Amino acid sequence: MSEHEVTLTINGESVTRSVEARTLLVHFIREDLSLTGTHIGCDTTSCGACTVLVCGKPVKSCTMFAVQANGADIETIEGVAAGGELHPLQEGFWEKHGLQCGYCTPGMIMTAKDFLANNPNPTEDEIRHGISGNLCRCTGYNKIVEAIQYAAEKLQADAGGE
Amino acid sequence: MIPGAFDYHSPQSLDEALSLLKQHAGDAKILAGGQSLIPAMRFRLAVPSILIDINRLNDLRYVEERGDHLAIGAMTLERSLEDATVVRSSYSLLHDTAGVIADPLVRNMATVGGNIAHADPANDHPATMLAYDATVVAKGPGGERTIAIDEFFTGLFENALSDDEILTEIRIPKPGAGSGGAYTKLERKVGDYAISAAAVQLRLDGGAIVEARIGLTNVSAVPMRARAAEAELAGKSPSDDVIEAAGKAAAAECDPSPDLRGPVEYKRDVTRVMVKRSIATAIARAKGGN
Amino acid sequence: MPQLDDRKEHHSELGDGVSAQVPTTDEVQIKTPEKICGMGHRKKRKEDPRFLQGKGNYVDDVKLPGMLYMDIVRSPYAHAKIKSIDASAALEMDGVLAVITGEDLKAAGDLHWMPTLMSDTQMVLPIDKVVYYAQEICAVIATSRYIAADAIEQVFVDYEPLEAVVDPFEALKDNVIVRDDKEEKTNHIWHWEAGDKAATDAVFNDAATVVKEKFYIPRIHVSSIETCGMVANYNKAREHMQIYMTSQAPHAHRTVFALVSGIPEHKIQIISPDIGGGFGGKVPVYPGYVICAVASLVTGKPVKWIEDRSENLQADSFARDYHIEAEMAADKDGRITGLRVKTLSDCGAADAAANPSKFPAGLYSICTGSYDMKAAHVEVDGVYTTKPPGGVAYRCSFRVTEAVHMVERMADIMAHELGEDPADYRLRNFIRPDQFPYKSPTGWEYDSGNYEAALNKAMDILDYRALRKEQAEKRAKGELMGIGISSFTEVVGAGPSKDYDILGIKMFDSAEIRIHPTGKAMARFGTKSQGQGHETTYAQIIAEELGLPSDDIEVEEGDTDTAPYGLGTYASRSTPTAGAAAVMAARKIKAKAKKIAAHLLEVGDDDLEWNIDRFQVKGSPDQAKTIQEIAFAAYTNHPQGMEAGLEAVDYYDPPNLTFPFGSYICVVDIDKGTGEVKVRRFVAVDDCGHIINPLIVEGQIHGGLTMGLAPSLYEEIVYDEHGQNLTGTLADYLVPTAVESPKWELGKTITPSPHHPIGAKGVGESPTVGAPPAIANAVVDALWHLGVRNIDIPITPPKVWKLLRENGVTD
Repeated sequence: MSEHEVTLTINGESVTRSVEARTLLVHFIREDLSLTGTHIGCDTTSCGACTVLVCGKPVKSCTMFAVQANGADIETIEGVAAGGELHPLQEGFWEKHGLQCGYCTPGMIMTAKDFLANNPNPTEDEIRHGISGNLCRCTGYNKIVEAIQYAAEKLQADAGGE
Repeated sequence: MIPGAFDYHSPQSLDEALSLLKQHAGDAKILAGGQSLIPAMRFRLAVPSILIDINRLNDLRYVEERGDHLAIGAMTLERSLEDATVVRSSYSLLHDTAGVIADPLVRNMATVGGNIAHADPANDHPATMLAYDATVVAKGPGGERTIAIDEFFTGLFENALSDDEILTEIRIPKPGAGSGGAYTKLERKVGDYAISAAAVQLRLDGGAIVEARIGLTNVSAVPMRARAAEAELAGKSPSDDVIEAAGKAAAAECDPSPDLRGPVEYKRDVTRVMVKRSIATAIARAKGGN
Repeated sequence: MPQLDDRKEHHSELGDGVSAQVPTTDEVQIKTPEKICGMGHRKKRKEDPRFLQGKGNYVDDVKLPGMLYMDIVRSPYAHAKIKSIDASAALEMDGVLAVITGEDLKAAGDLHWMPTLMSDTQMVLPIDKVVYYAQEICAVIATSRYIAADAIEQVFVDYEPLEAVVDPFEALKDNVIVRDDKEEKTNHIWHWEAGDKAATDAVFNDAATVVKEKFYIPRIHVSSIETCGMVANYNKAREHMQIYMTSQAPHAHRTVFALVSGIPEHKIQIISPDIGGGFGGKVPVYPGYVICAVASLVTGKPVKWIEDRSENLQADSFARDYHIEAEMAADKDGRITGLRVKTLSDCGAADAAANPSKFPAGLYSICTGSYDMKAAHVEVDGVYTTKPPGGVAYRCSFRVTEAVHMVERMADIMAHELGEDPADYRLRNFIRPDQFPYKSPTGWEYDSGNYEAALNKAMDILDYRALRKEQAEKRAKGELMGIGISSFTEVVGAGPSKDYDILGIKMFDSAEIRIHPTGKAMARFGTKSQGQGHETTYAQIIAEELGLPSDDIEVEEGDTDTAPYGLGTYASRSTPTAGAAAVMAARKIKAKAKKIAAHLLEVGDDDLEWNIDRFQVKGSPDQAKTIQEIAFAAYTNHPQGMEAGLEAVDYYDPPNLTFPFGSYICVVDIDKGTGEVKVRRFVAVDDCGHIINPLIVEGQIHGGLTMGLAPSLYEEIVYDEHGQNLTGTLADYLVPTAVESPKWELGKTITPSPHHPIGAKGVGESPTVGAPPAIANAVVDALWHLGVRNIDIPITPPKVWKLLRENGVTD
């Protein structure tokens, strides 16, 4: 029924588009903005493959309308490598083999990014709970945990004034 | 997977929201966190023609102690509840609950008010608020009113709000000295609804349980208090026998439905176990200082 | 390890009584330096950068100009006549271009039925009746995904419900026939046997102890995080069909499409781009694919179809659904002497499991497992029910999961019955290392194995004896702790052409390697990774053979226009078949390279020896030519009379399957209040022969273990008595999160395959095969003293709780 103009910032860039009210944020990102790094894996808000940061918070973009994001700041996987350099999380996932098919990976990284920002020195149990909203079928999670631990150490080291 | 079409409004103030609600009474649904509503819309189980998005009402996001109670704005995110220092230090039951609602991502959108207003016996806050003897604050065209939690849940997915009211705040009485509370949830996996869960808030005085309220999750059509279980505790010194009696009473008085989570006998018995475990933890916390 | 330059040499046809005992080690072999990064290196994956930055190219990422969208109307009934389909309202909607029904497909050339991979038939779209809940009824083609979703709500189907056929035992009674399109009106599809019935009966007659048990291994669904989908792009001007498809086997799919559609095979291109997990779920041809292709043909425009998760869970191929009755015989010394198994296979509404065609029950007859026994007899019957068709789509290695579950449970029951420690019982019943190659009572020739080494290693890692002590102490206090073992033999790498084919196409696989003048290479394969890391592992194999740095080798798979023909990636077959083809192709290149080197160095071929990345003159290593120098010469200075270029292709026909194995030990604690099973520790010792990349092998094992845990404790597809799927979304189909999944502990032994060119065996499905019986054995072990002998998976808290309370145990 209603069409709305949505203006938001995505990975630092301002965009304006006209959308149906019912357009899901994940479809807006993938189709309207052609950023296909964010994936769809389910229809019951269960899998987390669609996780993006909205105003810094990781949310399941399949369970939000694009119109709700009007005026918001959104970060997707495409925006994580700043200036062409991989983020410690991307490095960690690579070093530790934290991905296999790669489909859940963008969602995992967006969740982990915020998780580590709030819990820079997590226990393994805290990491597992932190990513419990993101399903993976390939890795059995061990190496995702190691990847996040790697990133935590690197972020701490970087923050320590290297 | 794709919702039906609808008209969308994004009021900037509570008054605007109330006005829209009144204007579209019957056709409109409030969009708070959307973590229950949007999935229902995607399966076209809910087909509202109008959505009133109240996520811009940032005035309704707060967690603060005000004298004799904790005031939680209805639009407070579950995640904010999890992070709030005052909740962690003084409202252990609430802190327990906040950490087991759905999963961490859902908690970044889901709101406390939404969880309660949905009046779903499978949600975790209703039992918790029943245990706390909380008060719901609602605002409508006629002004503001309070509703005791015992009167709030009126049926399956039905609450005491009228069509033109919005839930604005939840008030939890500040627990007195010697209080302890706990929420124990049995779930099939992280993120699931409870097979059964028990919210217990009690107070010890002179070694005896002088107040106890117990709320149960997902074992009845309407969020319920385990009053018979509470009666087993009243005035008694905590002991294994007393706790077992309370558990058994809760098992008998609840009304679970058989489903994929288990048959009735199982749900009753694990209700007994959840109640026992919550009571034991609440007592330990009451003794250890909350 | 055997060096096999001539294909004729790698048979394991040794005479009787000749042992080919292959030594077991546990150190990964590394022979190349880091800059070449051949086998054994923990090389970071080459494919990762694009995935880490959201630049993967999955089917739903494909956007073509003018692309239309397809959505499917599905049946709410498991069994019903279709009286009418009224799509008029949908067709009136803006943006709706077409509605395709069974009648339309029939008119287009009998496309409303298609062959299955088991040579049965399956409806693409129904005309008369539906035979499973969520079956495709018709498809809507629209200009947007959202309009298509609206349009399917505007199609009205008039059904006359029929009685569903849900219980396979009831189905056998033939009271309600599922497939009345068949000439013979019966639900019984096939009967299959293996082993020697008479010899087995004799062994049972002589047995001192016989244990019997029934197992139901329920239906489960693979639920890879990416669902299935396709973009079909028919170009009318070129009469060419281009298809992007979630396919684990693009060539086989191309051939099937050609046969079914009548479009000539050279005018079909299937591109399997990045795939978000396969595990067997992307091997079958689903009706949606066929309809999507037809839609593009008819509209002349690209058409995209991406199924929802609900559609995926409710209609796509499943795995398991085996009802097993097993008996195991032992002699007076407690040695296992025989196995007798009867099984009912609930196939759903068509025989469509992606098994090799002569194996309707897959490789199930591997069920004598790791034990040396005299005789065995296995019978399986397949039956139709009103459920979606399928059977081997969940990382199952062609029914080996079911076979291993049965034999590992039976061995454990027998051990417990005899009062023996289950580890010691296994150790004395294992096939011994000197018995390999081992001919099993059901006709398998196991290539190599050392079961005692794997089990002993697992026991060491865990300190097994100490855990048994702890268990005894806990039991005395009424606490429930269990230890379960699974010592499995896997069988993968289908397969030798004399026995294996899919729809008649032999199950070889292929590699084509081409080295460029500047010493870089391209390698294309007939397999298709869905996360297994082929871009890295195949490069490492070639690096090992040719000394080219693995970073200088670009691996490609999945485009049928360019890749050599292969049967795809599933059933852990890639390393055994295509990995071997890569080695053989590399060795052909090496043979030519030697001649070029000889020419450059002006010596005879026999004067040269190979050293990691160069041919050097024997006794004079300074006189050498590197592979890069040789490659350059292949284009600029090759010997007269020799063709230019440096490339080879190999189609590898494996002489046998390979037999990975392992021992897993699981420790559980049971909550007497809730019935929850907590996995305290899980040690997995795997032997997959020589290891290409240990990092990737670990990842495969971790992932497989979690997919073994899942059906053991959480996942099950449940139907009600009307055949309605009650677990049709991820809200109720319980895929484990990082919290449910334990911290897996790994160990390894290395017992190479004597017939594989690099001694590698494959590993992807070993853990899914080996883990469930370890977990089930642990739970039963915890409760054995209460009189519990079996619990069917998934071992859910209510099941455990019931057994506890029945036996007087409470919190």
